[in-house]
Amino acid sequence: MTKQRKAVSLISGGLDSMLATKAVMEQGVHVEGINFFTGFCVEGHTHAIRKKDKAKPKRNNSLWVAEQLGIKLHIVDVIEEYKNVLINPKHGYGANLNPCLDCKVFMVQKAQQWIQENDFDFIITGEVIGQRPMSQRKDTMPVIARESGANERLLRPLCAKNLPETLPEKEGWVNREELYDFSGRTRKPQMALAEKYGFTDYAQPAGGCCFLTDKSYSNKLVDLWTARGKKEYELDDVMLLKVGRHLRPQPHFKMIIAREEGENNFLQGYKNIFRTMTTVSHPGPLVLIDGVLSEEDSLLAAKITARYSQGREAEQVEVKMMQQGEEKQFLVKPLLSTEIPKEWHV
Amino acid sequence: MNKQFLDARRLLCPMPVIRVQDKIKTMIPGGQLEVVCTDPGVMQDIPAWCRINGHQILSASSDVGEFTINIIVGD
Repeated sequence: MTKQRKAVSLISGGLDSMLATKAVMEQGVHVEGINFFTGFCVEGHTHAIRKKDKAKPKRNNSLWVAEQLGIKLHIVDVIEEYKNVLINPKHGYGANLNPCLDCKVFMVQKAQQWIQENDFDFIITGEVIGQRPMSQRKDTMPVIARESGANERLLRPLCAKNLPETLPEKEGWVNREELYDFSGRTRKPQMALAEKYGFTDYAQPAGGCCFLTDKSYSNKLVDLWTARGKKEYELDDVMLLKVGRHLRPQPHFKMIIAREEGENNFLQGYKNIFRTMTTVSHPGPLVLIDGVLSEEDSLLAAKITARYSQGREAEQVEVKMMQQGEEKQFLVKPLLSTEIPKEWHV
Repeated sequence: MNKQFLDARRLLCPMPVIRVQDKIKTMIPGGQLEVVCTDPGVMQDIPAWCRINGHQILSASSDVGEFTINIIVGD
């Protein structure tokens, strides 16, 4: 009796990994999905935080894809291990702080460990040659296979015919002729294949699914590292960089100002960790302050807090500062918009 | 029945799903897990994860910003 071959597929929640998985399932291979949570994934957190996003139907695309395919999905928390990938990328960063090549090597390496621990035969990814400028090029795709340790056990069904034969093809676990030769940035072949498989609803993330490809987010992370004097972060940092308006009036302190009710509620969860400011005389946002403040700094922060409240045009606004149960009140005139230099905005 | 509890409050998706997944790995089929969360996304994500992994949702309810889901562990 022929052994049932088993593969694990890296499921991002996008169309390519969905198609790649389906292409291998069609050949009778047992496939399970794996999804790595780095902390920088766009979906999930942000949707949960901002009130304006609450009207949109919320779903985790990787879970949704797995359900459409009828496969199990293993979601793996790699937050701690991922720090080294982001902080010390061997192959450097892309346009922003996205270490795409190191990231893909890391994820395939984790998948390789997983197949060894779970007695699976090979790994599937939805990569397509030429689709991404850093991690999906003809010269970098062999780097991923080699440096991850997956080597010939890494199959890219959507562009397999453009690549050397892998173990699953050589051994006849999959038929190479039934795989694909997609290349480049065009999405037409994927859309045609989706139609063939009857997939009418799928995620089409603009600009990728990782916050690290976002310029504004990357700037905030660089600012955080600069202020701390070292490249370190915790999950709370990662999450707070996704929320609010960030202002750094002085090198030694930063203000995170909620922009709407959802963010206000989210920041409430950090009241006991950070110094906070709120306006008392007028409705206004919750403000977290990261850093050490002198008397003069506190007064400046109060004026900025007042600026972002509904009392911005008032002569005087009462601002309350809280830290570890201690309260201090300020009566200030809000700063004018012209008194907040652009450079303060992180 | 052996019922276990999981506090996933203040965690945002997919962390509550990951916590449920890791907890269920330590449980036996037929066991019951009650998880309490604050991210409303769990009302979609935990049932979806359970459906694809063969676990059964016994109940899902919300009360004052908290979401409680009871799961029967599958085989």
